[in-house]
Amino acid sequence: MSEIPVELKYTKSHEWVRHEDDGSVVVGITAHAQDLLGDMVYVEVPEPETKASAEEAVAVVESVKAASDVYCPVNGEITEGNEALADAPELVNNDPFGEGWIMRIKPDDVSELEQLMDADSYAAMIAEEAH
Amino acid sequence: MPFIPHTPEDEKQMLDAIGVDSIEQLFDEIPANLRNDKLEVVPTHASEMEISRLMHQRSEQDGQPLCFLGAGAYEHHIPSAVWQLTTRGEFYTAYTPYQAEASQGSLQVVYEFQTMMANLNALDVSNASLYDGASALAEAVLMAVRANRKSKSKIIYMPRTVHPHYRKTVEAIVTNQGITLELLDYDRSTGVIDPDSLPEAPGDFAALVIPQPNFFGVLEEVDTLTDWAHEHKALVIGVVNPIALAILKPPGEWGTDGADIACGEGQPLGIPLASGGPYYGFMCCKQAIVRQMPGRIIGRTVDLDGKPGFTLTLQAREQHIRRSKATSNICTNQGLMVTASTIHMALLGAEGLERVALNSHANNRKLIEKLTALDGVDEVFSHPVFHESVIKLSAPLSDIMRALHAENLLPGYSLQEDYPELENCLLVCATETRTEEDIDTYVDHLQRILGKA
Repeated sequence: MSEIPVELKYTKSHEWVRHEDDGSVVVGITAHAQDLLGDMVYVEVPEPETKASAEEAVAVVESVKAASDVYCPVNGEITEGNEALADAPELVNNDPFGEGWIMRIKPDDVSELEQLMDADSYAAMIAEEAH
Repeated sequence: MPFIPHTPEDEKQMLDAIGVDSIEQLFDEIPANLRNDKLEVVPTHASEMEISRLMHQRSEQDGQPLCFLGAGAYEHHIPSAVWQLTTRGEFYTAYTPYQAEASQGSLQVVYEFQTMMANLNALDVSNASLYDGASALAEAVLMAVRANRKSKSKIIYMPRTVHPHYRKTVEAIVTNQGITLELLDYDRSTGVIDPDSLPEAPGDFAALVIPQPNFFGVLEEVDTLTDWAHEHKALVIGVVNPIALAILKPPGEWGTDGADIACGEGQPLGIPLASGGPYYGFMCCKQAIVRQMPGRIIGRTVDLDGKPGFTLTLQAREQHIRRSKATSNICTNQGLMVTASTIHMALLGAEGLERVALNSHANNRKLIEKLTALDGVDEVFSHPVFHESVIKLSAPLSDIMRALHAENLLPGYSLQEDYPELENCLLVCATETRTEEDIDTYVDHLQRILGKA
């Protein structure tokens, strides 16, 4: 079983979401997701100052096996994409919850985060998917 | 002699394994209203003797006219070696070489093709080809909308100087995807887009299409147009004639930053004129947007032992992996056409291509000089041209064209149907294949016909 940090929120499409002290949220893909995708070869991060709605495809992770969309977990404005991934997409594999983050979003309404899954629900979901 | 490898026994075995009674039954899931099972005009069969007789009759209808018609497809000399080599059995497949280990030769040819096209266009990457020039432009428009990350606009500025058939094709392909084509008019005296007439505040748009040379054969002010589009955060799509690139500034060097995408019709590079093709489209782009490019891309790599080899690359863009979100549904490239073009370019070399381009331009000038020396013939546009020009006749064009057709001569492309403002105007072309004598034949016939008109 991959690591699932308890302090984070999760989506059905395997993004993790971290609520920062400054009110912004940081988004990446989970250890489980990167494990399924395999070695990353390219990550397309969103441009700053882009308005996005929840469940909109805003980034792409491309591995040796497949390319997958990364969805915006909440309504808001994307303030930053992780530019380091342009030269080092493997950060998503090596440190999915840390340096492999994908984007930072300023949510319109922080309470939307409550609709996302906690670590236990996410663990239960991937256990379910495994069957 | 059976050319179809499956015997009736083979078919029965396969059908038994699937568990159906007939091949027809395999298509049961297609709704009846979508099926057109009665092809009344197509006979069920004909013998080889009957077919070859029919085809000979059909080809005789074409005749061997003296050709001054261009308008998107051009008669150029093709060295005999091109098709002698291209039609070798080893190249004779149109299918995508998925299995790199079994297809190194085909893959290397396409890799060489990509290298040549990227060099001609001065852009970083080329794909392995598209269906034809018109659909290549449609693909470039779709690509530009995806690739422009500074704008979410789905507006494309499309000059009226782009080939009218290309514009129709683009419209058919992109309008259902919510993309709007805003037409840009041209200057009636120069024949190109007047940079001073460009909107100062065009609003948000995804890309500008720039034809070079344009449909009238005239050279657009590509540098100014490119910089204007880039200032407004739009991408630039060049639609170019590959032969002209041997002497013109390549799209990758237009303006300060160069065009982002270049595409066009590959036919002038070694593909004979044929009604309905097959022709092929080409497309090149900057490295930064390669992941939005449609079509196959061949890359060079090394195998486990460190030996160089070729393979399909960046496949995660494509429909067998990305499904509905793929950059296009282009899969089988025009492999044989591309093989011919690659051999054609290799035989001519950079110098040969340049001489073809220069001689074509020189013949156009000779033709126009002699035609416009006649009473009742004027050149319409003042800007420099490549190998085509627009002339205006003082008499009704359709009558004159009919008279010239009767002399087994194709005088050019009548523009008044697509451009009502260009009444009695004819787009004429002379490539390197037109001799002094050919030109005189045209001029003499036209002089006689105009004299009677």
